[in-house]
Amino acid sequence: MTFILLRQTCLRTLNRTGAALQSRIDQRTYAARGGTLERVVSAFRAVTGDDGVSLGATVREQHGKDESAHSCQPPDVVVWPHSVEEVSALAKICHHHRIPIIPFGTGTGLEGGVSAIKGGVCFSLGKMDRVVDLHQDDFDVTVEPGVTRKALNSYLRGTGLWFPVDPGADASLCGMAATSASGTNAVRYGTMRENVLNLEVVLADGTIFHTAGRGRRSRKTSAGYNLTNLFVGSEGTLGILTKATLRLYGIPEAVVSAVCSFPSVQAAVDSTVQILQAGIPIARIEFLDDVMIDACNRYSALSYSVAPTLFLEFHGSERSLEEQVTITEEITRGNGGSDFSWARDAETRGRLWKARHDVWYAALALRPGCKGYSTDVCVPISRLPQIIVETKEDLTKNRLTGPIAGHVGDGNFHCLMVMDPSDPDEVQRVHHFTERLARRALALDGTCTGEHGVGLGKRALLREEVGPLTMEVMQGLKATLDPKNLMNPGKVL
Amino acid sequence: MARVLVGVKRVIDYAVKIRVKPDHSGVVTDGVKHSMNPFCEIAVEEAVRLKEKKVIKEVVAVSCGPQQVQETIRTALAMGADRGIHVEVSGKDYEALGPLQVSKILAALAKKEEAKMVILGKQAIDDDCNQTGQMTAALLDWPQGTFASEVAVEGDTVKVVREIDGGLETIKINLPAVVTADLRLNTPRYATLPNIMKAKKKKIAKVKPADLGVDLTSRVEVLRVDEPPQRQAGGSGTGVESEECTDTQEGLCLGDGPNQGGPVSHGDWDKPEPEPGPEPLCVCDPAPPVSTESEQWDTVL
Repeated sequence: MTFILLRQTCLRTLNRTGAALQSRIDQRTYAARGGTLERVVSAFRAVTGDDGVSLGATVREQHGKDESAHSCQPPDVVVWPHSVEEVSALAKICHHHRIPIIPFGTGTGLEGGVSAIKGGVCFSLGKMDRVVDLHQDDFDVTVEPGVTRKALNSYLRGTGLWFPVDPGADASLCGMAATSASGTNAVRYGTMRENVLNLEVVLADGTIFHTAGRGRRSRKTSAGYNLTNLFVGSEGTLGILTKATLRLYGIPEAVVSAVCSFPSVQAAVDSTVQILQAGIPIARIEFLDDVMIDACNRYSALSYSVAPTLFLEFHGSERSLEEQVTITEEITRGNGGSDFSWARDAETRGRLWKARHDVWYAALALRPGCKGYSTDVCVPISRLPQIIVETKEDLTKNRLTGPIAGHVGDGNFHCLMVMDPSDPDEVQRVHHFTERLARRALALDGTCTGEHGVGLGKRALLREEVGPLTMEVMQGLKATLDPKNLMNPGKVL
Repeated sequence: MARVLVGVKRVIDYAVKIRVKPDHSGVVTDGVKHSMNPFCEIAVEEAVRLKEKKVIKEVVAVSCGPQQVQETIRTALAMGADRGIHVEVSGKDYEALGPLQVSKILAALAKKEEAKMVILGKQAIDDDCNQTGQMTAALLDWPQGTFASEVAVEGDTVKVVREIDGGLETIKINLPAVVTADLRLNTPRYATLPNIMKAKKKKIAKVKPADLGVDLTSRVEVLRVDEPPQRQAGGSGTGVESEECTDTQEGLCLGDGPNQGGPVSHGDWDKPEPEPGPEPLCVCDPAPPVSTESEQWDTVL
């Protein structure tokens, strides 16, 4: 009884003290803008309600960084809109006061895309998490930004459909659209570019529009400019994506996984090319180099032979799988492949692919206490052996730890650089190495970023990749859609 | 060879945010996504695997409820069950349907279908009762292997590894038996489109509880449903003026300094723990100033 009274007293007191503290925070002045942020915050509260706005330091820090190595740059305010109308109203306020807008999905990006380097308002879209419109017979679904890819696939599990694009993290689907994400099965199902049918976008001035028209979800169209693919990959610099209409696929009837070792990188890549040329609709074809396999053996107590290895996955009906696996085994044997093993049931497949699933942690375990950074170049498949061999020479010459894992079916590979953040010399060497690698890829008709995006760190490389004239076109589009440069400033361009 | 009966329950999908009805008579179910109880999915998967291993011949999926439960039975058929039985229960009877009634129905069906095994999920995620399997076994006077994380049929017996508080318990029970599935028993397969198409052609028989001689009268009446109490926000304090401490009953004014007034249980106060110090903080002590002043707000727009 006593404690209940005590508790009520203390809660009242704490609430009063807390309120006093909060109002002191609200009255705080900001460097350049004085009372602007204060006015703006109360305008935000009027739109979203009190619990839709936060100035708390921890909250802002959480929204100022992603899973990259870029340092945290927190925004000034974080807002949580509940609907596209609220997004638009908030954007109008930011537009009027010239405050930067940074859209935020799950914060799982790898290129510093959510760093608020010029401050501003982070639009944390996680509360808009409805699956809006599922059309099972048409294989399409519309989702809001708070829906992640795993949540969508869980929602779909009874329908026989799935959304196959699977970047490592459980990312927001609209965030994946914004970064033009890709996954391990892009070789068969494509990336976000091929699988977004329509987007609902809010521009910096609050305009809401649909890139293909409201409700449109036809498989193909030649109506007007392809605005959908303009916004896919725009990384929050052109508009806020508040709905995405996605293309779904049937869950494969059966799945078989296989692993095969090769005497050389060339042999592994030759096999990849021949598998694709044989018309085998291979679903996943992943490459791990010998350093990576060695790391995985140590980390997961496995015993793969330490050599360039391909991890393969086939989707289809039972009968077609037999055919696919037989042909693939012939091809790999023809290229000197050995230890070809395959598995059908979920548990054994999981064990077979365990090395591939653990690559990130296995790489980090090579040097405990160090940080990891993943490169992301992509070249035409025929150039892959050359770039991988040259890259490995570069790594050895510069005494760098960089096991390689890649989506070899797309010509995309990642060096999982492991470096000691307290050793500035090593950090420098890694930095220079990644630049050399990107330029090597550009020289081979490739791209500096296959799936992670440009974000903060690759803007100079983008300029080198596309050239000044293309940059001008991009800048022209940006100036048209966001003349005040409020949308995620400092990124991409 | 043997036939297995699998019970599947249609529940609100696990990912949905549950809302209590304004009249507190239950939770909102209209327009809310429903799906098969996750433990029932595991049960169906186990039954289908037994069939694939040719240990049993036929898997029959059973669900009790109104027309909509046919969707749940179809999902079981798409996962590999051979046929379904829809026990029609609707309206007030369905609202009052609980483990006792369902176990009577399942016991009657198990006898009628001459099932060798009844596999159920260990519990449903809406009522968390964890009773149906056990009651069914009791009504049939069959042995039960509950919370199964491993099931191995060996001739006329079943070896069941059970998940219990202390670890794992392995038992051997005679067939026919009731088994309830726990989380780690298996990973249920997703229904694929071709299997969903095939499932449309599989038969679902309709049965009424009265035909099975089952009385659905409930002995339980739900009086009221409430949400769990809202968590109170914590606050940072910089100190409390002594006039705020009003409680002087039993001479317990805490303004007298730390550790006076008996044990202070922070756990009761629904607020986050204060900074750990050498002794529990008395609220009426001037607490150390909470430094929120160190944030950098010097961004230039």
